[in-house]
Amino acid sequence: MDTGIAAELAEQVTRALADATGVDTLRALESGAFPDAAWKALDGLGLATALVPEEQGGAGLGFQDAMPLLEALGRAGAPVPLAEGIAAAALLSAAGIMPPDGALTFAAAGAPVPWGRHAAHVALVDGARIALYPAAALRWTAGTNIGREPRDAAAVIGAPIAEGTLPNAWGGEAALLLTALVRAALIAGAMSAALALAVEHANTRKQFGRPIGRFQAVQQQLAVFAAETSAASVAAAAAARAADRRGLAAAAFEIGCAKVTAGEAAAKGAAIAHQVLAAMGITEEHALHHLTRRLWSWRDDGGSERFWSARIGALVQGAPAGVLVHGAPAGALVHGAPAGATQAGGHLWTFLTSRDEDTSA
Amino acid sequence: MTGLRFDLRDPPPGASALRADVRAFIAEHEHRWTPEVRARSWMGFDRDFTRAVGAKGWIGMCWPKRYGGGERSFLDRNIVLEEMLAAGAPVGAHWIGDRQSGPLILRLGTEAQRAKFLPRIVTGEYAFCIGLSEPDSGSDLASLRTRADKVDGGWKLNGRKIWTTFGHLCDWMIALVRTSPAPEGGSRHQGLSQVLVDLKAPGVTIRPIRDLVGEEGFNEITFDDVMLPEDALVGQEGAGWAQSTSELAFERSGPDRYLSSHPLLEASLDALKDDATAAPALGRQVARLWTLRAMSTAVAGMLQDGTDPVRQAALVKDLGNDFEQALPHRMREMMDVEAMPEDMRRMHDYLTQITPTFSLRGGTREIMRGIIARELGLR
Repeated sequence: MDTGIAAELAEQVTRALADATGVDTLRALESGAFPDAAWKALDGLGLATALVPEEQGGAGLGFQDAMPLLEALGRAGAPVPLAEGIAAAALLSAAGIMPPDGALTFAAAGAPVPWGRHAAHVALVDGARIALYPAAALRWTAGTNIGREPRDAAAVIGAPIAEGTLPNAWGGEAALLLTALVRAALIAGAMSAALALAVEHANTRKQFGRPIGRFQAVQQQLAVFAAETSAASVAAAAAARAADRRGLAAAAFEIGCAKVTAGEAAAKGAAIAHQVLAAMGITEEHALHHLTRRLWSWRDDGGSERFWSARIGALVQGAPAGVLVHGAPAGALVHGAPAGATQAGGHLWTFLTSRDEDTSA
Repeated sequence: MTGLRFDLRDPPPGASALRADVRAFIAEHEHRWTPEVRARSWMGFDRDFTRAVGAKGWIGMCWPKRYGGGERSFLDRNIVLEEMLAAGAPVGAHWIGDRQSGPLILRLGTEAQRAKFLPRIVTGEYAFCIGLSEPDSGSDLASLRTRADKVDGGWKLNGRKIWTTFGHLCDWMIALVRTSPAPEGGSRHQGLSQVLVDLKAPGVTIRPIRDLVGEEGFNEITFDDVMLPEDALVGQEGAGWAQSTSELAFERSGPDRYLSSHPLLEASLDALKDDATAAPALGRQVARLWTLRAMSTAVAGMLQDGTDPVRQAALVKDLGNDFEQALPHRMREMMDVEAMPEDMRRMHDYLTQITPTFSLRGGTREIMRGIIARELGLR
């Protein structure tokens, strides 16, 4: 990966978010408005095709390159549908469909659609089939998650603009996997922003004549928060690296591990943030809850900790049901293993290390 | 928070071949390891095994060839460590020398010290222990009172070290001692030095301390007018505190901070293979293990690059200790202890008793979190 490009893009997004968005943006969108000005500013960066291959007119970045950018979005509470747009464009282009301009989102068929009612176009993914719909072809039943973000149910009432099939490397659960990977990175970002708020509060709020951050009980909690934040970030990056190298479907194990790690970290981090910020952090007025309510919500997008840990557990048990991703090509789950060998078969360590990329190979 | 940055690392060239080599070697030895030996992990002391590991070139792997080392990378070494720990190999007789005493001597020792000690660590002839804690000095290490006074021809050592792992089985200790009083109104960190102590020297009394498992793993070591030669000093006189802290990145950064319970997890797979209800709990452990491994490998990469990962090491140690410490308890949530196969139950029983030490040894959980908090700007 070119860390220079990745860091530069993240920096660009961070600047644009700082200029064009804030707590007001999150408040407005949580009451049902679409943040037009913020979207214009972020969309203007031309990042929507970040993951689209260069020969299809995109920037040709890898998943790992995109992680810092996604974390930057997460730090701001993801106030625009850019993460969804980037992922949807990646899916569409993989199926040979040119991604459209404007607000774009995606979901697995039947799943709630993030930002659904606000999107100009929506990609609905059913197994390996993907169809691109204009807004006019969909009727929405509005819904929200506990982050009060739009999670709408789509009813198809018109024809798609384009349809295609995802290649084998993307598998039959590409929408699920991509959602999980993106959410893990957004969680890592939102955690680092919540951690920064908690640290700032601990250094300024005084009780017993000194900042509460001078108390070891508070320091120890924030250290745990920082460690969990690092864990979520490393896990997302490592899963993205696996997806770059083996394709999304064959990186299901890593993506699942990252989503479990991020989900567990989100819960621990949010709890500590609220403990440190105390009553102030519970108020409507304070920025913290916009982050923590998203952290709690994002755990469920793309498969919860329970969902993924059950699949991972079954896989390492060598159970016949231990198939991580439906529709993945045979043998793809275990790198370098004979075709059809999709189970750990009682040797966890052998299984884990078999998934390393041997640069000498 | 730049001190908490982690960059992913790839396995080094030849990783698969090296892993296969280590696995074949382990396969020749593992029939002799009881469940308790495996559960002891790097607290298992076996000189014969250590000599065999040395003969393979897997001790001092990163040291210069002229001292018997292999001039391999830290990432190569990391593979050997991972494989040994995953299998529960009894690596204790060379663990400390390979991990920190050797690197310290290599970095700060005199040419004569390097030539004397490093080749003998590499073959397994010299086993090292670390003399830090004292009866009244634990986490507040700078309050230590063991003294080495300058005398004709060397140093005279007096005082007491405690909780020294394998002190009774080792040949040498590198001890942190006071060589001059802390300056009036100055830092207690001044005036400390690191010295090499021959544990067979007159005046050294070693009293093993029985632990809660019923074993004698650690010791109290008393020094009564022990004469140390001039060249017992490692590095610079008075710089012992800084030298000791820089050693901590080596001490805290390895896979020994999250894999200490791994043989139990491995044993559970077979026992649980037909129990679908255990899958979610098992999957959570695997997900955490996978994340910790990525973090730990990133730290090994930093050692290879020569950047000082002391904060990242503290962070991974804290997360890793929580994981390896909780593992026997997580296992009971997946199956009843009486239903465990005998080997697994014996590992479970041993680990249940010994895992409290995981967040004590190498710096307590509270000290690790204090280091992270300092990086966050809270102290």
